Amino acid sequence: MSAITRDEVAHLARLSRLALTDDELDHYATQLDAIIESVAKVAEVAAEDVPPSSHALPLTNVFRADEVRQSLTPDQALGGAPAVEDDRFRVPRILGEEA
Amino acid sequence: MSLIRKTAAELGSMIAAGEVSAVEVAEAHLDRMAEVEPKVQAFLHVDREVTLEQARAVDARLRAGEKLGPLAGVPIAHKDIFTTRDMPTTAASKILEGWRPPYDATVTARLREAGLVILGKTNLDEFAMGSSTENSAYHPTHNPWDLTKVPGGSSGGSSAAVAAYEAPLSTGTDTGGSIRQPAAVTGIVGMKPTYGGSSRYGLIAFASSLDTPGPFARNVLDAALLHEAFSGYDPMDSTSIDAPVPSVVEAAKNPDVAGMRIGVVKEFAGEGYQAGVLARYHEAVQLLESLGAKVVEVSCPSFTTALPAYYLIAPSECSSNLARFDAMRYGLRVGDDGTRSAEEVMALTRAAGFGPEVKRRIMLGTYALSSGYYDAYYGQAQKVRTVIAREFEAAYQQVDVLVSPTTPTTAFPIGERADDPMAMYLADLCTIPSNLAGNAAMSVPCGLADEDGLPVGLQIMAPVLADDRCYRVGAAVEQALESRWGGSLLSKAPQL
Repeated sequence: MSAITRDEVAHLARLSRLALTDDELDHYATQLDAIIESVAKVAEVAAEDVPPSSHALPLTNVFRADEVRQSLTPDQALGGAPAVEDDRFRVPRILGEEA
Repeated sequence: MSLIRKTAAELGSMIAAGEVSAVEVAEAHLDRMAEVEPKVQAFLHVDREVTLEQARAVDARLRAGEKLGPLAGVPIAHKDIFTTRDMPTTAASKILEGWRPPYDATVTARLREAGLVILGKTNLDEFAMGSSTENSAYHPTHNPWDLTKVPGGSSGGSSAAVAAYEAPLSTGTDTGGSIRQPAAVTGIVGMKPTYGGSSRYGLIAFASSLDTPGPFARNVLDAALLHEAFSGYDPMDSTSIDAPVPSVVEAAKNPDVAGMRIGVVKEFAGEGYQAGVLARYHEAVQLLESLGAKVVEVSCPSFTTALPAYYLIAPSECSSNLARFDAMRYGLRVGDDGTRSAEEVMALTRAAGFGPEVKRRIMLGTYALSSGYYDAYYGQAQKVRTVIAREFEAAYQQVDVLVSPTTPTTAFPIGERADDPMAMYLADLCTIPSNLAGNAAMSVPCGLADEDGLPVGLQIMAPVLADDRCYRVGAAVEQALESRWGGSLLSKAPQL
C-alpha cells in the first residue's frame, strides 16, 4: 500500500501554491511515497513521555527596546519588486470579480 | 611560493607588514579564478571591479593606520545565500535571479569590517537543499580532485573554490551537514559552529532552527581566524547566543590532546560505509590515541533515526520559510497577464521558479504539518530530536568530544544520485545529529581512500559553546598527519 496517493500530492501542491503539471504530479507522487515510507521510521523511537524540541537551545522570547531605528527607504524596499505603482507594490487582483 | 598557495594567516601577515597589497592578493586570486573556473565552476557571480574596489578600500584603511584584524586584505569566496548589497544574491534559485538585496547579512557586514575582500558569490544547491550542488538552478560545480565528481553540498561552490586555490577562505551554511560534508569530500577543513554562535540575519532561511553559518579553509588555524571574524552575538538574530565566542584561535594554536577523552560513535560505522573511509577513520582514531587521548566507544542508538527526523523537521520549516516567495514584493513573477488572480500568479511563479528538490521538500513539509499527520510525523520528529539531544548529553558526561567519519563515502559521480532523493540524503547520515542538538562540529581531512584516491573527512563533535574543542582536536590531527604526509592533503590533489 502506498503511503501517499497522487490525489493527495495534488492537494499538497495546491496548498503549497505550486502549479504542477500532470507529469510532475506522477513523478513526485512516486518519490514522496518512498520518502514518507522512509521517514516514518521516526515512529520506532519510543518517545511517548518525551517532550518535543522545536529548537536546540532553551530560548525564551527575546525583546528589544522599542526605539525608532534607521530602516529601508521606499526606493530600497521597492527596488526588487516585480511591479510598482505610486510607491506601492502592484499586485494581481486579490479579490473575485464581484467583490 | 605563489600568493594563491599561501594560507590566510600568512597573507594577512604579509598585507599587514606591507609586503604585498590587498589589491595584488585579490588580483592573484581573480587570475586563478579566470584560469580554473571553466573547469570547476565554483562561482555564480564574479565582478572583478567590485572586488578590486573592496581591496583598494582595505589598502587605504591600512595606509591610514586603521587597526584591522588578522585577515584584513585576505580574499574570501562567499556563499550565495548571504545577502550582499554590491552583488546579486540568488540562493542558486531562478526565483531570485538577478536579485540585488537592499542590505548586507550580518556575516557579510562582519567580513567587510574585518577587511576581508569578497571575490564573488559561490554556487550551492538551491536554497541550500542538497548534498551535491547539482540542485543549483544555474550549473553544477566540479570537485577539484576529480572533475567528474560532486564537490559535496549544499556549500559545494565554497568547498571547491578553496580546494581549487581560487580562495584561501570561504563561507558556508550548515543545516544538516552542508559545510562538513563538502569539506570532507574536497579535502579541506569545514566547521559548523554551535547553533546561535553565528548570525542568521541576512542568511536566506531554509530551516531556521538548524541553519548555521560557518567557515571553510585549507587548514584549521585559518578556519578559526574566519570563525572568530564573523561569529558572536547579533541583536538582529533572535536566536543568537549572547555569550563570548569560544576561544577557537587559541585552541587551533594549541593542538594538544593529551588526556582528552574521545568517544567513538559506535553507530556510525559498518554497513553502508566505504571501506577506504573506515580505514582512514580508524587510523585517525589510533593517531589520537597515540597523541595521548583516551579513546572509548560510545553508543548513541537514536542517532540512526536522526536522518528520518531531519527529513521531517527541515522540510516542515522550509515549507513555512519559503512561503515568502509569493511573487509580490521581490523576485520572479510569472503569468501576470491582467486576467489571473494573485493566487494563480503565485502558483505559476513558484512552479517556474523552484527546482525539483525544493518542490519535493515544500510538499513533504506541508504533508508533515497537515492535520491528521502532524502528531505522527512532525510531532514525533520533534520528540526524536529531544532523545538525540539527551544521548549527546549522556555521551558528553563520559567524553570531551565525539568522533565519526564525516560522510559514509567519498565524493560520488555527478549525476549518480541526482534523481534518487533517498540515496542523496544518506550523504548527511553522520552530520545531522549535531544540527538537531545544536552542537559544534568540524570536518578535518584524514587521508585518501584506497579505492578511489579521494579525500576522507574526520568529524569531531563537541557540546554547545565548546567549539574550541573541535579546533584543538582538529589541529592535533592536522599537525600529526601533515608531518606524516610531508605536507597538506591538498598538496596531493592533481593539477587543474
